[in-house]
Amino acid sequence: MRPWWIDSILCAALSSIAPSGGAAPGGDGYCAWEVQDFAIDQPLCGLRGDPARGRALAADSHGGNCLACHQMPIDEEAFHGTVGPPLHGIGARYSEGQIRLRIVDEQQINPMTIMPGFYSDPAKANRMAGEYWGKTFLTAQQVEDLVTYLVSLK
Amino acid sequence: MRCQLLAVALVLPMATWSAQPVSGYEFLDETTRAMQDDDFDNPGLVAVDRGSELFHERREAEPNACASCHGKDGVELSGPDIARYPVYDANLGGLVTLQRRINYCWEINLDRFPLTPGHSDLIALETFVRNRAKGEPVNVQTDGEMSPLIVRGEALYNTRFGQLNLACQHCHVQHQGQMLRGQKLSQGHSNGFPEYRLGKGRITSFQQRLAECFVSFRAEPFEPGAEEADLIELYVNVRGNGLPIETPAVRF
Repeated sequence: MRPWWIDSILCAALSSIAPSGGAAPGGDGYCAWEVQDFAIDQPLCGLRGDPARGRALAADSHGGNCLACHQMPIDEEAFHGTVGPPLHGIGARYSEGQIRLRIVDEQQINPMTIMPGFYSDPAKANRMAGEYWGKTFLTAQQVEDLVTYLVSLK
Repeated sequence: MRCQLLAVALVLPMATWSAQPVSGYEFLDETTRAMQDDDFDNPGLVAVDRGSELFHERREAEPNACASCHGKDGVELSGPDIARYPVYDANLGGLVTLQRRINYCWEINLDRFPLTPGHSDLIALETFVRNRAKGEPVNVQTDGEMSPLIVRGEALYNTRFGQLNLACQHCHVQHQGQMLRGQKLSQGHSNGFPEYRLGKGRITSFQQRLAECFVSFRAEPFEPGAEEADLIELYVNVRGNGLPIETPAVRF
């Protein structure tokens, strides 16, 4: 018997998951993505990630700043957040496609989550500051760099 | 049906949790608490002094200063009344924050040019006045005309904004007490405002702090004095009803 909260997450996910994904490709280079079986299996824009760049981005407080919320095996940085789950060994628990979905738009699987969608459709944002209009938090290349790095955390 | 039951199970513990307000003071390290508690070390007292100057200042040819009605050092001001802000006042068109009340007095009773909502003199006056009620429990009206306004404030509190797509409640309800890199997330109460911010090095009003939150999650902030900002200020005060006023608190 799985814990009750798993059901609640699945319920929420199933009710919203039907045809989901990013906007059509074209405008400002935003690449479409598609969720299947709780994962985005295809790399964004067909790009290939670099794990070293991904690691640097995760630690950079002006970049991805994963450390703001997650503890990670990045020991040279003093302060790791505890808002989200620790990411040690994440590559052994989730597939590449599952990790990609969680970075791109975690709300697809948990509508209550605090985790921002780092490549969610910017057209759906509410009251976004003008300087960010039409932009995602991370570029497709940055997402792929992070995916490749996190997959390597076995 | 099953989904609905589970949704209730998710929401219920959050509601009971927020019924127990804890001041941001409890989330501070000991050094910062000591700084707040010491009237010589607390840098927010500079704003109290500046507010006091303005409160007693009688400009040339003016018959009155704030102190003419409210007494030297504001002795005639009532702590319990200050702790009731924001209030509902039909004569002033509805919801009235403490800043707006002070500005109203400034303009109508002293016949001075009104101050803009973010003006440092207005924040200094607010800091001085609210400091008169230090220790008084926040006691904002929750029934009558206020209840529909509180519902609107709560809706804004739970609305996602900006590129990071965050609502106030994500940090201050769901994840209170957790570390955001080096900072501990508080319940986000308003009992210490205006407060001195060590990170910014200045006294900061509630609505200025709200705007900073919005900027940090890449949302267009509500201008100080905007209706939405007033409604969120109201809801956050209600959330912290019962907490002692700490103005000027010291926070990161």
